Amino acid sequence: MLFLIIKRILLGFITLFIVSIITFVGTEVLPGDACTTYLERQAFGEQLEACYRRLGLNVPAYERYVSWALNAIQGDFGYSLSGEMPIKEVLGPRIKNSLVLASAAIFIGIPIALILGIITALWRDKLPDVAISTVTIFAMTIPEFISATLLILIIAIWLEWLPGIVIVPTDVSFLELLPNIILPVVAIAMIMTAHMARMVRSSVIQVMASEYVQMAILKGVPYWKMVFKHVLPNALLPAINVVALTIAWLLGGVVVTEVVFNYPGLGRLVIESISNRDLPTVQALAIILASIYVSINLLADLLTLMLNPRLKTLQIRK
Amino acid sequence: MTDIIQKVKNLSIGFRSKKGEEILILKNISTNIKKGETVGIVGESGSGKSTLALAMMGYVKHGLYTIEGECQFNSSNLLKMKSKDLEKIRGRKIAMIPQNAGQALTPNLKIGYQIDEALQLHSDLNEKEREKKISELLNKVRLPSPETIALRYPHELSGGQQQRVAVAMALAGTPDLLLLDEPTTGLDVTTQAHVLELLNFIAKDTGTSMVYVSHDLGAIAQVSDRIIVMYSGEIVLEGPSRDILKRPIHPYTHGLLKSIPKLSLAGLPESMPGSQPQPGTIQSGCSFFDRCNFSDENCKNNSPKLEFLKDLNTSVRCFNYEKLVNESQASQTVNKIKNKSQDQEILNLSEVSISYAKQKLLDQIFNRISDDNPTVKDININIKKGETIALVGESGSGKSTILKSIAGLLRTKDGLIRFDENRNLSSDLKERDPNDLRIIQLIFQNPDESLNPNHTVEEIIAQPLKLYFGLKGEELKKNIIDLLQKVRLGEFYTSRYPRQLSGGEKQRVAVARAFAAKPDIILCDEVTSALDVSVQAAVLNLLQQLKEDFGTTYIFVSHDLAVVRAISDRVAVLYQGRLCEVGPSNDVYKFPSHPYTEVLLGAVLEPDPDIKPKLVAEDIVEERPPEKGCSFQGRCSRIVGDICKKEIPPWQLTDSGNAIRCHIPIKELQKEQF
Repeated sequence: MLFLIIKRILLGFITLFIVSIITFVGTEVLPGDACTTYLERQAFGEQLEACYRRLGLNVPAYERYVSWALNAIQGDFGYSLSGEMPIKEVLGPRIKNSLVLASAAIFIGIPIALILGIITALWRDKLPDVAISTVTIFAMTIPEFISATLLILIIAIWLEWLPGIVIVPTDVSFLELLPNIILPVVAIAMIMTAHMARMVRSSVIQVMASEYVQMAILKGVPYWKMVFKHVLPNALLPAINVVALTIAWLLGGVVVTEVVFNYPGLGRLVIESISNRDLPTVQALAIILASIYVSINLLADLLTLMLNPRLKTLQIRK
Repeated sequence: MTDIIQKVKNLSIGFRSKKGEEILILKNISTNIKKGETVGIVGESGSGKSTLALAMMGYVKHGLYTIEGECQFNSSNLLKMKSKDLEKIRGRKIAMIPQNAGQALTPNLKIGYQIDEALQLHSDLNEKEREKKISELLNKVRLPSPETIALRYPHELSGGQQQRVAVAMALAGTPDLLLLDEPTTGLDVTTQAHVLELLNFIAKDTGTSMVYVSHDLGAIAQVSDRIIVMYSGEIVLEGPSRDILKRPIHPYTHGLLKSIPKLSLAGLPESMPGSQPQPGTIQSGCSFFDRCNFSDENCKNNSPKLEFLKDLNTSVRCFNYEKLVNESQASQTVNKIKNKSQDQEILNLSEVSISYAKQKLLDQIFNRISDDNPTVKDININIKKGETIALVGESGSGKSTILKSIAGLLRTKDGLIRFDENRNLSSDLKERDPNDLRIIQLIFQNPDESLNPNHTVEEIIAQPLKLYFGLKGEELKKNIIDLLQKVRLGEFYTSRYPRQLSGGEKQRVAVARAFAAKPDIILCDEVTSALDVSVQAAVLNLLQQLKEDFGTTYIFVSHDLAVVRAISDRVAVLYQGRLCEVGPSNDVYKFPSHPYTEVLLGAVLEPDPDIKPKLVAEDIVEERPPEKGCSFQGRCSRIVGDICKKEIPPWQLTDSGNAIRCHIPIKELQKEQF
């Protein structure tokens, strides 16, 4: 087991290493570089040379990669081009904001998704299922920019209950931020909850139809005990990985929603830095997003492994 | 009468089709289960036997509903009972032992907990007492070291052990009635015999009534006092088991018993034509009419009633049963197989070893397999042109693995597979040329999985014809129809999809596909195990007919020794991927020689209450073959000493040309143990 964990962690690092190389090479082969972007029309002769020297772009690519990677490991991603401030400082508040948004959506969305999924599965084809399933299908199919816009129109503009877009500095305190994030959270949670509820529903239905559930009924196990002991643990295991992907997706920045609400999260930063050709920031973001995906999936896999006795012994035997 | 424990009265269960028609799965069933008796319910798949058993617990599957009738337990109707009250009966008064214990045990709960759950629900014992009781129960079903088994998860046990756990769980509530739904189907022959013996013991020991549902008359014969034969949702015959098995007075049972291959009789049994009508087929007259050899005009137009014959103590649903009463016994006629096996060798396996071991990086680079103890080792078999050779053994004996290597699906570790004395087939698929692929064809166990569900029968059979012979247009069509006729399917089958065919028809299509390539060798991997008994005989007869027409060589893999006996010229017995015995079928079956052959033969269940299985060896599952010595040392009851553990036994030849690998001298071996 321990060996397995170490192996998976190592594999995670290898993935990150490969991602870092790909992004580095990618930015390297793109025509132009940080200096040509920064200097724009003045990008020739002395000035360009000076810029290269200042940014250290005159040494071979692999050397730059090594020094960049060494610094990145310590959390230092260098300077952003646009604001000439350390990327660390640009990223910090953005990560915090994305975390706030994501965790709010997760804490609201996941429990609701689980409950809805279980209810629809247990009352399959009956009224609660038909009603909830219809709503979830709608929530799933309406693109988030439409639902977000509608939310703004109704709640913010007509009813004037909440602010429609987020116009606060990136580093405000949580309490000040709170009223601003309610609408984005609802917009994200809606689509995410619908997806997960449907997944949970089909998973629970599948387990309910299994022979071991029939056996439990025939053993005389009372209905709710059967649901909690025999059905849910087996039905929710496959959900863990889906939840993990959703969390990673949320943390990675829900670009569309952030743009619609003007929310200062990671997603918008990605868009901004790409359109500004702020290559160092793009590199840093790529690495950070990749690490989020890798670590959350790793956690989910380990959790599944721990909760599923079948996988546990299989892995150990191998 | 007070000794009736469960009374089924005029029970009809069915479902509503998409068109709104009511389709019956069970048609007006009435029967009684008495205290202490074991009733066997036999029928083919789709006859409604499992639905009946579940109804006896007040359980109707999702999508089905009760149309009429009652299942009375202690004079209350289970089918109308509230779930609260049912919970007190299920598991406590009536318990179920499921078909597939591997899937009926909840995967995330430990064995001990699952038994404990039944105890908590159905007894007043406190925690200490329950713990003791769990050990007792596990002991009773003869599981080794109950304390450690209780801490395991279901997937950590073998199939036989899982089935025993299911029995222990059912016994936890000390029920008055046990329902067993195909409890031994899917287990190895030896395990099956052991589980049946255990069930018999429990029935005697606890006095519990049992309802034993199975398609296997052999198993039913071993356990039941009374037999109910079901066909197409109706009871067609009901009576004391000895009478029913010895003198079946319903044509269906009569035909069924005749179509089961017997150990004592070489050759193919007669087959019954046709198959059971699908539920919902509107039919006037007797449901068995199409397939019956005794039918007349009356049977076509009127449906017979279930009639109780007092002097025979039997109920029968047939107008013409009297024709059968006089036939004293279902005398079995068999078609002796005539194989023109020539002296010419067609396939030679020498020193073949096959390994499933995961290759290390270094081995992958050098393209070699290193494994000191491979799954299959030292296989030497000569196969002659035109013969049928059977590979038999329990699951894990390596029989399918060998087939895969011959077919090229798995590469060999060592050794040579030669075709026609000079063509080397030791390589795998990728390295074989198309002609090498054509000469060997495979028929799989389960036609549901081996036929592409999105292809029509025409497309399925056309594939090999196009691939190997490049046929097109009219010629292709003509060939397809020819092949279909060869497997006794009409031209109109070409446009059908596999899901529109019955199990037997599907397997016929698979056979036609194999023959389309005009192969020299056909590998048959458990080709009849997924089929009903009456269909099995028909497919075996078809295979034999085609072989006689085309002179094909068959390599036949099966766990069913009676089927093997019926169709093969030679038998190779395998244990843990090592050969134990190779010889002409007659000799292998007549002189049980190798101790393992003896174990296998002893465990075969015959549909005759007078032939009891002989349980020679312990029912253990070995995960790996032993490192050295004889492969069977772990379970052998005739170990002669250290030599069995240290040295690989030598091949010994009997006078009739039967080769046996054992340390015990031939003379000794041929003395029967029992």
